[in-house]
Amino acid sequence: MLTHVIGSLSLIVWVPIFFGVAVLLVGRDGRERIARWMSLVGSILSALVVIPVWMQFDAMQSEFQFVEFIPWIETFNINYHLGIDGISLVLILLNALTTIFVVVAGWEVITKKVSHYFASFLILSGMINGVFCSLDAMLFYVFFEATLIPMFLIIGVWGGPNRVYAAIKFFLYTLAGSLLTLVALIYLYRITGGSFAISNFYAVSIPQSAQVLIFLALFAAFAVKIPMWPVHTWLPDAHVEAPTGGSVVLAAVMLKLGGYGFLRLSLPIVPDAARELAPFVIGLSLIAIVYIGFVALVQRDMKKLIAYSSISHMGFVTLGIFIFNVGGMQGAVIQMVSHGFISTALFLCVGVLYDRMHSREISDYGGVVNSMPMFAVLFLVFAMANAGLPGTSGFVGEFLVIMGAMASNFWFAFAAAMTLVLGAAYTLWMYKRVVFGECGSERVLGLKDVNAREFAMLFVLALIVIGMGVYPKPFTDVIDVSVATVLELASVIKN
Amino acid sequence: MDFQLSDLYTLLPEIFLLIGVSGILLLDLFLSKEQRGVTYALTLIVLVVTSVLPWFFYDADPRVIMSGLVVSDALGAALKSTVCVLIAVGLVYSKNYLLSRGLHRGEYFSLTLFATLGMMVMISSNHFLSLYLGLELLSLSLYAMVALQRDSGRSSEAAIKYFVLGAIASGMLLYGMSMIYGATGHLNIEAIVSSILSGHSDSNLLRLGVVFVIVGIGFKLGAVPFHMWIPDVYQGSPTSVTLLIGTAPKVAAFAFVLRLLAEALGHPSLHQDWSQMLTVLAVASLIIGNVVAIAQTNFKRMLAYSTIAHMGFLLVGFMTGSISGYSASLFYVLTYVLMALGGFGVILLLSRDGFEAEELSDLRGLSQTNPWCAFLLMIILFSMAGIPPTVGFWSKLFVIQSIIDLGYVGLAVTAVMTSLIGAFYYLRVVKIMFFDANESSINTVKYSAGMAVFAVNGLLLLGLGLFPGWLLSLCESLIESSVRTF
Repeated sequence: MLTHVIGSLSLIVWVPIFFGVAVLLVGRDGRERIARWMSLVGSILSALVVIPVWMQFDAMQSEFQFVEFIPWIETFNINYHLGIDGISLVLILLNALTTIFVVVAGWEVITKKVSHYFASFLILSGMINGVFCSLDAMLFYVFFEATLIPMFLIIGVWGGPNRVYAAIKFFLYTLAGSLLTLVALIYLYRITGGSFAISNFYAVSIPQSAQVLIFLALFAAFAVKIPMWPVHTWLPDAHVEAPTGGSVVLAAVMLKLGGYGFLRLSLPIVPDAARELAPFVIGLSLIAIVYIGFVALVQRDMKKLIAYSSISHMGFVTLGIFIFNVGGMQGAVIQMVSHGFISTALFLCVGVLYDRMHSREISDYGGVVNSMPMFAVLFLVFAMANAGLPGTSGFVGEFLVIMGAMASNFWFAFAAAMTLVLGAAYTLWMYKRVVFGECGSERVLGLKDVNAREFAMLFVLALIVIGMGVYPKPFTDVIDVSVATVLELASVIKN
Repeated sequence: MDFQLSDLYTLLPEIFLLIGVSGILLLDLFLSKEQRGVTYALTLIVLVVTSVLPWFFYDADPRVIMSGLVVSDALGAALKSTVCVLIAVGLVYSKNYLLSRGLHRGEYFSLTLFATLGMMVMISSNHFLSLYLGLELLSLSLYAMVALQRDSGRSSEAAIKYFVLGAIASGMLLYGMSMIYGATGHLNIEAIVSSILSGHSDSNLLRLGVVFVIVGIGFKLGAVPFHMWIPDVYQGSPTSVTLLIGTAPKVAAFAFVLRLLAEALGHPSLHQDWSQMLTVLAVASLIIGNVVAIAQTNFKRMLAYSTIAHMGFLLVGFMTGSISGYSASLFYVLTYVLMALGGFGVILLLSRDGFEAEELSDLRGLSQTNPWCAFLLMIILFSMAGIPPTVGFWSKLFVIQSIIDLGYVGLAVTAVMTSLIGAFYYLRVVKIMFFDANESSINTVKYSAGMAVFAVNGLLLLGLGLFPGWLLSLCESLIESSVRTF
């Protein structure tokens, strides 16, 4: 095994955290300008350090790459063990880009405790990268849990009127899910004879009854995180109350921790249990896709609507993962990335409107196109992408998952395809009510169109969304082998 | 076991402390009120020197001296040193509080030092007599300190409650010890062990003795159902005394339990009995401590219930009766006292003339008036809740790991789930500090030495959270080298 002391992955994890701490230290009250610029530099640098990794990444290799290994707690054989495969890589890229958008989105909007705001996001970003890079289960868990603290503060300090309730609900809900995981990991440590290395977890054989329990313990954490019906109720609250940046990071990246957990831990460690319980998970996913789609249809609050749409789209991800074929899983990963960009864009769009009107109620709007034509065009792109229009990134993932589902069971595919109808219905109906029609009020007429900062970030996102939709090959190439590896591990009989 | 003059070297820390406290007691008589600072400084100096001394005079392999009354080992040296440091840091935290409360008196310091001496005797005792002697020296000093604010009704109530319940606990403990004496014919730990091993002891009587000893321990640690004194004493005492009760004595109590249960009564047949009793105490403490803490509005009272829950966790590690369990418990108690030190310390720092910052609402909006202080307290609270990357996570993890190793998965799930309940009330404090608006600007700290200590304290919890390995291996080697298990 290759052993670096400090490598590219450490940079990916620690550069954002370093900048976060620096912003915290430098940007006292009255020095907001420095805090902003430093955060921007930090977020861009954090994205830049991903580029060499992306370039040098060998997509044909099924082993983990850029491995770093430093003993951490030797008594319990816990190690600082990093490494990535294609799935981690695309999610790291997503996270790095999202962080830049978040910093830009909060530029003028955040006026209270500016340095703390940006620092929270940078530190959070580093921790999330840590989750995606960890090859040691305890390191994974530490990063996974630690992400709760900054997000808790982001929702609670900069959130809306009901932020306290939302923040505590978010924290306790996700903590409840992950505590059982901790017990499962320690149990695995015991049966592997004293190792937290995820690769050792893959190799060890586990009796079926234990597998089921471990699967359920892991499921508790990841199902809450992603979130699946019926443990999704924290998400709408958290989204509605969080500041725009918080919603973006929640939807774009933090939900993916759940999907990533399924791929990295659940399937390969307890494959037999995963296969046995797959119908159960698929059932929940289909309920999420269809039922939550209907729930989204009746929302009056734009953020809530997008939140429910996220849950429905994440149903696609879990469906894709648990039908156990290449198309489905590839679709799931692509869907995660694509949803990351689309939900970022949608939340930023809502943020743009909210900053002007201080309302998220759909009924307060109407005829926005009259005063904000440029915004209307960009918003349309993202609305279409959310509905899964061909040519946008939203289509690729959904299409692959539906194809995969078709291969396993027609009715799965049928139910999943419902979402294309429902997704179009709730997204476009919202779009229609907000952007077209009679002018809702005098204030809508007086709205200013997007400024240069807002235009720049939405435009870049639009390029990414369309680019990924037209030519998804770079992404599928990167994850191809990794997905095959995960599937291979998931098909082993271990009991 | 003959007496040798060189044995006195091993006792030098205790001897030095005794001479120091006697000197301070005498000297203080001749000092005017304005010169009281000298007493304070001398007390700190004595504590610092005492904390260094044990490192020079201990035996790597446990050695029994003074006719079997005292054992000299690495664990004892480390814990004695820790206790002295904790007391000294506690005094630094308390300085302004003591001055403004009229507690900055000679009695306070000499009682503090006597309590320290009691703890040190407990930590390195090898005999039920010295164990009990140390415990009583500690307890009597603390009773007096709780009552030191004579004009405060709450303090007096707390003192009486503490004294009565403490006396009952001591009585139980003595009764248990006398039964063990009856069964084995010895008070010396090694002699008890060999008597149990030889099989000549009356096992029923021994078992009954263990029950009473456990009750006594339960009282002293504050484990449910013997916890009733904790909230009242914590809330009623002057905060500086609460800090004293809540930190160093926990370390001493750990050593006490270790000597009694692990060393004297660690025989597998007895371990089977006391581990079951401890499990019941531990689970009850975890549940009651965490659930009742939710309902508290007083920060000190909340921390009191949180202590009960933490002691439950400590007992969870202890009931395993294994080296790894004891090490995990030692790690737990060391990190817990650091958190408690900071938690009570911040109340002291925020208190001012005639104002005790002990209600949770007093912390409202702390992040606006004093962001640094709020940040540090947040680390402490997350650490108590056991959220990574703070050290509290590791201390809980190591305990859980030690019990899962022995197959107690159900107990592990209970421990984990109760800490979820615990997370709620710690989060609520964070919420009060960070999310609520500040209504007044009283939360300012002008005491820079206290703030500096607080900063080190808080960052230490974060630092230990990032690098917990060395402390854990230290705990493990201390336990391995010192505890004479079966």
